Amino acid sequence: MSNILEIKDLHVSYGGINAVKGVSFNVEQGKIITLVGSNGAGKSTILRSISGLVKPQSGSIKFDGEELIGLSADKIVAKGVTLVPEGRRVFANLTVLENLKIGAYLRKDKLDDSIAYVYKLFPRLEERSWQLAGTLSGGEQQMLAVGRALMSKPRLIMMDEPSLGLAPLVVRDIFSIIETINDAGITVLLNEQNANMALKACDWGYVMETGSIIMDGDGETLLANEQVKEAYLGKTK
Amino acid sequence: MKKTKKVQSPLLDKRSAADIARTKKISLVVSAALVVVLFAALPVVQKVTPDDSMLIPVLKKGVIYSLIAVSMNLLNGFTGLFSLGQAGFMLIGAYTYAILTIPVESRANIYLYYDGGIVQFAIPFMIALVFAGVMAAIFAFLIGLPVLKLKSDYLAIATLGFAEIIRTVIQYDKFGPLTNGSNLLRKFPTQESIVFYFAVVGFCIAIIALLLRSTYGRAFKAIRDDEIAAEAMGINLAHHKRLAFVISSFFAGVGGALLAMYQGTIQAQTFKTSLTYEILLIVVIGGIGSLSGSVIGSFLYVASCEWWLRTLDNEHFIGTFKLPLMRSGFRMVVFSVIIMVVVLFFRRGIMGDKEFSVYRIISYFQNKKAQKAVKEDNANV
Repeated sequence: MSNILEIKDLHVSYGGINAVKGVSFNVEQGKIITLVGSNGAGKSTILRSISGLVKPQSGSIKFDGEELIGLSADKIVAKGVTLVPEGRRVFANLTVLENLKIGAYLRKDKLDDSIAYVYKLFPRLEERSWQLAGTLSGGEQQMLAVGRALMSKPRLIMMDEPSLGLAPLVVRDIFSIIETINDAGITVLLNEQNANMALKACDWGYVMETGSIIMDGDGETLLANEQVKEAYLGKTK
Repeated sequence: MKKTKKVQSPLLDKRSAADIARTKKISLVVSAALVVVLFAALPVVQKVTPDDSMLIPVLKKGVIYSLIAVSMNLLNGFTGLFSLGQAGFMLIGAYTYAILTIPVESRANIYLYYDGGIVQFAIPFMIALVFAGVMAAIFAFLIGLPVLKLKSDYLAIATLGFAEIIRTVIQYDKFGPLTNGSNLLRKFPTQESIVFYFAVVGFCIAIIALLLRSTYGRAFKAIRDDEIAAEAMGINLAHHKRLAFVISSFFAGVGGALLAMYQGTIQAQTFKTSLTYEILLIVVIGGIGSLSGSVIGSFLYVASCEWWLRTLDNEHFIGTFKLPLMRSGFRMVVFSVIIMVVVLFFRRGIMGDKEFSVYRIISYFQNKKAQKAVKEDNANV
């Protein structure tokens, strides 16, 4: 299979801190790839660099063979790479439907099919179509954030900590949605602190520590790895 | 047989789609009728109102302030850019209008100290009105390039600074041949008809309302709610902020020109920062993020400031007893107290971020009726 995203020797620093120190990895088309690692490992920075919100120092990010570094965030969305930002960040004073329409801001075609698709994935959103997004529960807001990102018809969807601050039952829902999205042919790049759930769901995982990738492998291998268990799964010595 | 209880949530619209569509049609007709009635009534009102009444001046000034408040709300309320440059853009609009329209034969008289000035032509006033907006927009574009990179308070300070600078620059003696320095500009065409002001302002506000309902408006609101998320969704922040700033300034410029028409004379000195604060006050009291709130706020503000509270400034006697406190300036004390009370009880302004619409009013009563029916239904269970 071909790689939809190829990252080579990426260096990112901001605020005087080297957040990412020479990271290289590939994302295979149609797979779920996950980055796990503790706080401050640089996972979010990588996603933000890919989506153009942060400018990297050096390295290359190739999407479908095209360089993304140097492009503005809107150009990158137009190419089919969309980020579900950390902490959901829905537009609190807009209705659910308006939020979805913002997600499709760069599209010029009819949105009806996409809206119907998102509502089919998340029936709760349809019920709350006219409600202000700020009045939704945390889980519903996360659904909205994912739905909003899907509205841009991405080929690669990146999710930054989708399970952050959500109840365990809701986290399970979110992960089953991630798999549904992936089944529809969308490549998923997932960034999770909840290593257990993330590694179970993914096809391939990368483990990060202080700005570098220290290990990679398929989900089961990583889950069984002693070092990973110790660091992220709470196994006592 | 026992019927199950129906639950009615006040949040959900329980009317059928056909009902909603019909209500929408009715409210559209009613709204259109209201506009027609307003424009039919205005000339009549102007004709029958005695000359010494404050009603007509208050309506004129109120409607001009509406446009300026709405233009400020577009920026501060809908795009989340806290800008305090409105007086500066009004000044540019007013001066552009005046300089372009003063009749050539009057110029020698007005530009007394500058040999009649350098502009020796006059253009029709409607074209000058558009130019006033365009000139303000051009300035906004140029200032926006550096200034819009700033966030919140810093943007406010920078735009405030701009307004002060432009006021001083216009009064600069070397620019006298163009601006008449710190002297009055007068004898430009004015408008007596109240319908004119309502028509121009109504047209401008309609454009702003349409803009806000378009995808651009949605993008503005998204930027207001969360810049980072908006950027991640593919909204070009710099482009949209500049667009909002330029459009807002355009209409502030037109508002300034209308103010010049209403006043008959203009002087840079009167476009102080306090003018911006007046507009800001109207926006806050009307409701940040509500166009109709800004309009209502403008009329209330102008009416109470210039008219309803005037009597407090005069001395009053009951028999021979002189009422205490009533003297010149007391009006402003009472006015300040009223504003404090309004802000205390209407935390989010009179309208909040809701809009006045006939549809909402009709829907409210229809839903209430439906709710009542459900309640009675439940009572019969």
